[in-house]
Amino acid sequence: MIALVGGVIMIIQYFVPHRISQDVFNYYTSWGPIVATFALILGVGSVTRVHMYKIRMKSTNWAYSLAVILPMFLMPVFALLPGSLLGGTDGPGFFDFMYSRVQIPIQATMFSMLAFYIASAAFRAFRAKSLLATVLLVAAVFVMLAQVPIGDLAGRWLPNTGQWILRFPNLAAKRAIELGVGFGMLATSLKIIFGVERGWLGGAGE
Amino acid sequence: MYETIGIWVAALFTLAIYSFLYKENPLYRLAEHLVVGTSLGYSMVISWQRMIYPRLVLPLSRGEDWLLIIPAVLGLMYVTRFFPKIAWMSRYPIAFLLGTGMGVAFPYDMQALVLRQTQATLIPIYTPGAPWHEILGSIVIVFGTLAALIYFFFSKPHKGLFFGTGSKVGIWIIMIGFGATFGFTVMGRISLLIGRVQFLLSDWLHLIH
Repeated sequence: MIALVGGVIMIIQYFVPHRISQDVFNYYTSWGPIVATFALILGVGSVTRVHMYKIRMKSTNWAYSLAVILPMFLMPVFALLPGSLLGGTDGPGFFDFMYSRVQIPIQATMFSMLAFYIASAAFRAFRAKSLLATVLLVAAVFVMLAQVPIGDLAGRWLPNTGQWILRFPNLAAKRAIELGVGFGMLATSLKIIFGVERGWLGGAGE
Repeated sequence: MYETIGIWVAALFTLAIYSFLYKENPLYRLAEHLVVGTSLGYSMVISWQRMIYPRLVLPLSRGEDWLLIIPAVLGLMYVTRFFPKIAWMSRYPIAFLLGTGMGVAFPYDMQALVLRQTQATLIPIYTPGAPWHEILGSIVIVFGTLAALIYFFFSKPHKGLFFGTGSKVGIWIIMIGFGATFGFTVMGRISLLIGRVQFLLSDWLHLIH
């Protein structure tokens, strides 16, 4: 009922440019993110429960759970700590240190490591020896060489072909996928608003 | 001193993650678990500083907008998920967010993902004076999009001139599109790799300037 009323009201407000409908939209845009933010409690609670259980039961590799729990609850404490690591009150504190010297480098390195796995995926795709897999790889090679100076060494035709692939066949494929996604989202929106799709209820309280 | 310790900590964690390329080891697992913890802690702080405090707690404490109690109560209902007897209450905030979210998104999705995409596909194939590769590109845009859509249309068997040939051309277009996306992703990851290697060799070891 809440989903139905909320959904129908929000669809109607789009087509009725009145002050009241604008107020409804403004309230939604200020309330929605607040409600959504509270969902973080679920995430933190769930992670805490899983790792505290591992620590309590001393299950395999339980010590690593400490590496999750401790920084998770220490970060808010660090954010509250006054003062800077450089001395005085201005400048980076423990919270900034943990963010810029621990979190960011680890995340960037993890994503950069995908370069190696993508290379091995490319090798496996080549081994598939199908025509379509070869088309995929050839398109990828043209696009990659079009982005780097070394591509120019073979002549302008190579980067130009890469750009052409990006501008036309790539766009056609993306557009077909976006149209499919668009129709899918419209159908899913209507199914959720009218209660046909109820998987999102998640069975809580059953 | 702060800079030096910071660079050493970042460098050691960078190496800890790269050590996975050899094989999984305790250092990698420590860094992996640490990043989950710090990310969640960071999200908690940012959510409080950027959302809950300025947009909920502050206006409520000043008595500016008492209606904000409604999203606060709705948000707190999420917590009931942890108590099986009253877990049903957690459905209310989900229903509010999903229902209104879908309602808001419906017209915008229709515009951005369906109407504008269709409009941008319906272009003239031949433009006088245009170079041959632009004309070929326009043909690819119009018929390639149609062919790729035919490939995704599963209500009819892919046989005959329209559905059969269309889906065959469509899968070629889709593969070229995936190839281009793959190439872009590789370039992005390589850029990150270069960034990390540069950090190690320049900021940490001072081998390059």
